[in-house]
Amino acid sequence: MNKLIQGKVWKLGDDIDTDIIIPTQFLALKTVEEMKKFAFYPLRPDLPGLIKPGDIIVAGKNFGCGSSREQAPAILAALGVGCVIAKSYARIFYRNAFNNGLLLLESAELTDVANEGDTVSVNLETNRISLEDQQFAIMPVPDDLLEMVAAGGLVPFMRKRNAK
Amino acid sequence: MGYTLAEKLLMKNTGKTSLKPGELLTVNVDRVMVHDLFAPFVIEKFREMGFAKVWDVNKIVFIYDHLVPTSFIEDSRHHKITDQFAAEQGIKNVHRADGVCHQLMPELRYVTPGNVVFGTDSHTTTYGAVGAFAAGIGYTEMAAIFGTGRLWIKVPATMRINVNGKLPKGVYAKDIILRIIGDIGVDGATYKAMEFGGTTIRELSVAGRMTLCNMAVEAGAKVGMVEPDEKTFTFSGVNGKEFGYLQSDPDAVYEKVIDYDASQLRPVVACPSNVDKVKDVEELNGVKIDQAFLGSCTNGRLEDLEVAAGILKGRKIAPYVRFIVTPASRSVFAEAVKRGIISTLMEAGAIVTPPACGLCCGRSGGIVSDGERVIASNNRNFLGRMGGPKSEIFLASPATVAASALEGKIVDPRSYLQ
Repeated sequence: MNKLIQGKVWKLGDDIDTDIIIPTQFLALKTVEEMKKFAFYPLRPDLPGLIKPGDIIVAGKNFGCGSSREQAPAILAALGVGCVIAKSYARIFYRNAFNNGLLLLESAELTDVANEGDTVSVNLETNRISLEDQQFAIMPVPDDLLEMVAAGGLVPFMRKRNAK
Repeated sequence: MGYTLAEKLLMKNTGKTSLKPGELLTVNVDRVMVHDLFAPFVIEKFREMGFAKVWDVNKIVFIYDHLVPTSFIEDSRHHKITDQFAAEQGIKNVHRADGVCHQLMPELRYVTPGNVVFGTDSHTTTYGAVGAFAAGIGYTEMAAIFGTGRLWIKVPATMRINVNGKLPKGVYAKDIILRIIGDIGVDGATYKAMEFGGTTIRELSVAGRMTLCNMAVEAGAKVGMVEPDEKTFTFSGVNGKEFGYLQSDPDAVYEKVIDYDASQLRPVVACPSNVDKVKDVEELNGVKIDQAFLGSCTNGRLEDLEVAAGILKGRKIAPYVRFIVTPASRSVFAEAVKRGIISTLMEAGAIVTPPACGLCCGRSGGIVSDGERVIASNNRNFLGRMGGPKSEIFLASPATVAASALEGKIVDPRSYLQ
């Protein structure tokens, strides 16, 4: 997997729940591709049209709390989000994200200093995040999880492994 | 060194003689629940993974509740896909209109003490009320369980919450759990097992304990649990003698212990749009509402409907309020009809809907417009959960919901209780 990620910041607050990421009313759409147009609908319905592949979502604490809906990380992955950097995550969302090829990173510091539109760089070799001249350490993500993210999630990762 | 309830259950499940919080374990799954909203995704992933047959047809339960009755043209597609998969695999446990999944799983004894259970819904934590280790997961991991019957987990550290003493009049299980979440925050128990104990919890019915465990996930918990006792064993139809191990050891190691004196608890309300924005009901006295909702897997059981009927008997709700009542299951509904509870609620002005998820997840049966306020007995007050993103949801006990429906504004229910 590419160990360098650089992207434009979309900034969100604390406790962004999965009902905000994708409301229940859109969960019976047939595909994640159709659903992704309604990402963040109650909070910022404009975001799906603005997020470009590789962009980074920066948020506060407890990102992804609430419902177990796996469509929440799946649509962020489908929008091409490069990674999410938050102060902390809710547990069901955390597992679902990696299983869908969405990289989650934790930083206690970045959220407080990053603004929407900033450019943030993540180096997964040195485990550091840079914002202009500021640098913050992140906890390393184990290689097998990074491989799973690179493969696009648990299903393609298992298929690839089983094909060997 | 002793162990907590969750740890002892996991040791029994895996045959281990010791374990530690943070340790990774592969558990044997006793039962899984998949509801209609996510079933097609589980089935798709199951096939993509290359599985042909499920690991055990008896251990899988499909419950149609989020899309019942259907409200959009495409909804029944979910039921058709699931019906076809169940027929092809020989899965018999399919409930097509029997109620909300988290009510049905314990009620129909699919979950009993000591079980390890997963569901594709965050409120799967409810089953801890009967002494099970039960957590919500995503559809991909559920597909892997369908194929293997196993799942890896991290052993959660346990947070013990003791509530002792007699609850004052007008204070219910819902007020206890909202108070706790208000105190510890919506991420206050992230990844932890919340273990509820003390004399107040012992006095609660299994229904009340389900309310507590249901909302453990609103503090981020992996599971919420209550040590099973005679009430549990009767409810679950099991012999208690086999479950003596489902008690925390006296020297169990807790990450944190929080104590509450029940006599100090009061009726509370969680304000929009997070569950930890908890205030005493008096602080909101007089806030005008447009709709009241009594139902859900949190508070749609017989005793909840009964409390509301007690307040509403012989009275009429405010003329401008839409009062939606959704019994949690078909059997709750039938029993409430038999006891005259439903007619009392209807005479007061309630709209009674079929037992399903409905309004709680904002899918049907009472969707609200921007600017409207709802007082509700369910578990989430997130932005736009019941409709317009500028609507507001206040969470409270069934008693507070009923009293507020009567007056058309948020009120303290205690003045209506003898």
